[in-house]
Amino acid sequence: MHYTVCKELNSVILSVSSQINFVCLISRQGKVRLTKWYSTYSQKERSKAIRELSGVILSRGPKLCNFVDWKGHKVVYKRYASLYFCICIDEEDNELEALEVIHHFVEILDRYFGSVCELDLIFNFHKAYYILDELLIAGELQESSKRTIAKLISAQDNLVEVAKEEASSLSNIIAQATK
Amino acid sequence: MALSGMRGLSVFISDVRNCQNKEQERLRVDKELGNVRTRFKNEKGLSPYEKKKYVWKMLYIYMLGYDVDFGHMEAVSLISAPKYPEKQVGYIVTACLLNENHDFLRLAINTVRNDIIGRNETFQCLALTLVGNIGGREFAESLAADVQKLLISSSCRPLVRKKAALCLLRLYRKNPDVVNVDGWADRMAQLLDERDLGVLTSSMSLLVALVSNNHEAYWSCLPKCVKTLERLARNQDIPQEYTYYGIPSPWLQVKTMRALQYFPTVEDPNTRRSLFEVLQRILMGTDVVKNVNKNNASHAVLFEALALVMHLDAEKEMMSQCVALLGKFIAVREPNIRYLGLENMTRMLMVTDVQDIIKRHQAQIITSLKDPDISIRRRALDLLYGMCDVSNAKDIVEELLQYLSSADFAMREELSLKAAILAEKFAPDLSWYVDVILQLIDKAGDFVSDDIWFRVVQFVTNNEDLQSYAAAKAREYLNKPAIHETMVKVSAYILGEYGHLLARRPGYSPKELFTIIHEKHPTVSTSTIPILLSSYAKILMHTQPPEPELQNQIWTIFNKYESCIDVEIQQRAAEYFALSRKGASLMDILAEMPKFPERQSALIRKAEDAEVDTAEQSAIKLRAQQQMSTALVVTDQRPPNGMPAQPSIGPLSLVKVPSETVDSNPGDQGLTHPNGVVYKEDPQPPSQDIIGDLLGTLSIEGPPGAVAQSPQSATYEAEGAPSAADAAALVPVGEESGSVQPIGNINERFYALCLKDSGVLYEDPNIQIGIKAEWRAHQGRLVLFLGNKNTASLGSVQALILPPTHLKMELSLVPETIPPRAQVQCPLEVMNLRPSRDVAVLDFSYKFGPTMVNVKLRLPAVLNKFLQPITVSPEEFFPQWRSLSGPPLKLQEVVRGVRPLPLPEMANLFNTYRLTVCPGLDPNPNNLVASTTFYSETTRAMLCLVRIETDPADRTQLRMTVASGDPTLTFELKEFIKEQLVSIPTAPQRPQGPAAPPPPVAPASQDPGALLAGLL
Repeated sequence: MHYTVCKELNSVILSVSSQINFVCLISRQGKVRLTKWYSTYSQKERSKAIRELSGVILSRGPKLCNFVDWKGHKVVYKRYASLYFCICIDEEDNELEALEVIHHFVEILDRYFGSVCELDLIFNFHKAYYILDELLIAGELQESSKRTIAKLISAQDNLVEVAKEEASSLSNIIAQATK
Repeated sequence: MALSGMRGLSVFISDVRNCQNKEQERLRVDKELGNVRTRFKNEKGLSPYEKKKYVWKMLYIYMLGYDVDFGHMEAVSLISAPKYPEKQVGYIVTACLLNENHDFLRLAINTVRNDIIGRNETFQCLALTLVGNIGGREFAESLAADVQKLLISSSCRPLVRKKAALCLLRLYRKNPDVVNVDGWADRMAQLLDERDLGVLTSSMSLLVALVSNNHEAYWSCLPKCVKTLERLARNQDIPQEYTYYGIPSPWLQVKTMRALQYFPTVEDPNTRRSLFEVLQRILMGTDVVKNVNKNNASHAVLFEALALVMHLDAEKEMMSQCVALLGKFIAVREPNIRYLGLENMTRMLMVTDVQDIIKRHQAQIITSLKDPDISIRRRALDLLYGMCDVSNAKDIVEELLQYLSSADFAMREELSLKAAILAEKFAPDLSWYVDVILQLIDKAGDFVSDDIWFRVVQFVTNNEDLQSYAAAKAREYLNKPAIHETMVKVSAYILGEYGHLLARRPGYSPKELFTIIHEKHPTVSTSTIPILLSSYAKILMHTQPPEPELQNQIWTIFNKYESCIDVEIQQRAAEYFALSRKGASLMDILAEMPKFPERQSALIRKAEDAEVDTAEQSAIKLRAQQQMSTALVVTDQRPPNGMPAQPSIGPLSLVKVPSETVDSNPGDQGLTHPNGVVYKEDPQPPSQDIIGDLLGTLSIEGPPGAVAQSPQSATYEAEGAPSAADAAALVPVGEESGSVQPIGNINERFYALCLKDSGVLYEDPNIQIGIKAEWRAHQGRLVLFLGNKNTASLGSVQALILPPTHLKMELSLVPETIPPRAQVQCPLEVMNLRPSRDVAVLDFSYKFGPTMVNVKLRLPAVLNKFLQPITVSPEEFFPQWRSLSGPPLKLQEVVRGVRPLPLPEMANLFNTYRLTVCPGLDPNPNNLVASTTFYSETTRAMLCLVRIETDPADRTQLRMTVASGDPTLTFELKEFIKEQLVSIPTAPQRPQGPAAPPPPVAPASQDPGALLAGLL
């Protein structure tokens, strides 16, 4: 038997538990710099979501709150220089918590790149994905220590470096054979 | 400039950035896609480095918003690369490009599993991350046990275990059974003792999901949560790196309090005391500081603490502390805090009895209605709506009306609907209600739905005291030089009916009324003309003795419209003209409208059904729960059966059949009903009706015996109401008083669920049954959510599934009682054995007090749920189409009596049923070609192809050809589509019309469309 205490009985259906549905980074010009989907969206739904959200968020003035309603969900966003970081959460989720997930992410990026700017994220978008994967899984925060994440990322970078050196020291034939 | 470390990738990114415009960018991207495609084709010559580079390029292009429909295979294949750099890229790109439903993902399950159970820690991390982010049911079934082992393994390092916890959380969401292992609750409790805060944070998220579903199993975790919270709140033994702006992990604090909210109470007095001490500390000790991040973090914790206090329904003392805090918040300058203050006040209204305290803040809340930020205005509107009652309705509604003129367009419709509902529910007197609605129409006519003015007409008709008042008001508005068309409608209607009551006042003579109404005539559209004509006819009838001059004027108008192209107008004009020459008998025929039966406001229903904005919805429902004001009880009551709320009936409806005197003949309702006059223009969107109608036929196919078992419940469902008008009726059939009536229309709910995967299946005052379904190939998993709406338990709960023979269905145990205000989830596994259109039925019963309620509900496990949309290219289509040469694999039928639909709408209809319309395959623009894949155990995945040829000259007939590799499937699918296209309820046997148009003859060419035509 599964019981759920019904906090808002009238909501149509209680989700099992709430989570981050997706994360996206949009530039002031509406260019997408990163998207990560934790709930299941088809390709079409993904592009539609991004298009609609850019419209809503980019047109908001400064000094307004960091939350917007969007299709029964909430989007928490924050602008850093030319980039908008957006997180889509469920209605009943804690907005400020999500807002600080954004800032936490930005701080980690900043530490990794050293005063991160949009260009860093454009040319190293793959790094941003690596970092995000150390921060969130399944739409939930997995690590709140910046130091731990920094250590893990640099360990990954080392692994890649080491492999590169190995590869260059081996002949191409072996590389081909192990492909 | 920071570079990616891959030269080719950096060059490409620079190129894209240097493009001057979108067109150039597209060209550059297309070129690159072509390049990547060629390289992937000759995969042999690709080094791991190159493969990696191309896969990144694909992801970059995908991110820019271009369709990348190839190369998924290459990304997935990198997962099985032996070396970390390639493997890493494979995992990350796959997780970004694909979602859980993607077929390629299945190919990777084995590799992923090997990485998870292997000894390479870094590989484990990659695999757990992928599964945690996009794992689906299949992953859950094959990997959950391994992931569980990792989470509790003493030899794994924290970096693996924290990922395992969240990975398991994902798998649990996909299939809750994977964690139903004996002793798992104890393991969870142990995990809460974890020293590593990363692992603890992840485990806490997992716990939130587990307790939200089944708190009883996890009681032992409760004290540990309180301990954790205490430790954090007091900052005891928290490593520096886990504090965020001086606050011990705010995220973990929030999660812990979230978990606690899923336990109904905290029984142990010591634990309870400790918890309240901590909460008190958080509530009192949170100051507003300068640093914005610190402020946000501490308030994230504070708002969660507020929610927990509300949930635990603490001593009144703490509750009023909370309200006081919120009162402070809604007045601060910081917009986030103001927003959250308003939002949480609205939530507070739901759980406790604090309305009176909140009312003290009314002025402040009204100020927020004028905030520059629309997000804040929305919350203020929700809150005002939620806190409105008889005592403050006048103030609040007048505020809303005032705000309406300056409100953004995005909010006007919601605003006017809410104002109308509040005015109706809490009107201190009826004339005020009329004033409000007329003002509403005057100020925001475009945003006032037809329901709103229909409703005011109902009230005026049913309340004699109101009639002359309303007529005088209507007359006032008509004096204005420019008024909204809806105002013309409502004024003309009211003056036609009741203008004569004021005939003695100056300015109200029939002639004057006619003139003032007719002045508006040149400005109105065809939808209003019929109402004007009715109004003129009524004025004419009330002019005793007749005035020849007025008569001539009106007759001229009737004459003019007798040749109108609009049938409705033409018929009304012709009939009124004929009737008005009948002299005295006109009085009988055009007598005053009888009273409307009492029914729930269409507005409130509309608000309940609306799925636009759940925030709004919750507030509306909250409202709906509260006691209605008695001010507007409609006087006359007729038996409620058979009275459509918005009947859509013939033009004659204004005319009262002389033999039927007012209110004396409730049995004779099958005929044209006198109440129908105004409602010719059916406010429901036509597409909805069509779908409702079309789906109506599904019930006919229900499994024999299952549907007909209980005559009482049968009225709720199969026999319910196939026609749109009936569907709108709130109470389908009159029953003995005291029986429980369903809320909303069961048929509509079922039909809606045939098209979407979550929503309400059934609702009555005691229970709400929701459904959430997931479909995967031939299998489905429905979860029934049984929510007890009462403050008393529901007993003798029984749910039986009556499956048709082609479905294998297994319902998990349903508890016999549902505790007050609790919701029970019962998973239901469905397996489709073979194609069929039969429908499964849920036989559900429960006992509330002495009343036994039994309903039989069709379950939306219908044929189209086992379809997967698929787009086929001409190269795939034609060989298939050709190889399926004729019956029984390919069936053709000329279908008559089709609901006339414009082609794009038909294409939409097909797409909603997951039959993908493939444009361009057929050269004839009047034809449609669609494809889909059907899944069942016997047929496996089977491609189905459909072609529809329509006749532009006669949209009621078409020729349909359906082909698949299975004869039963072909037949069932053909019948299924037919049911969606044909309006069965009224389907009269049409005379044999001419045969369907012959397929277009197109010259054979290489054009795929022409090729198809040739084939057909």
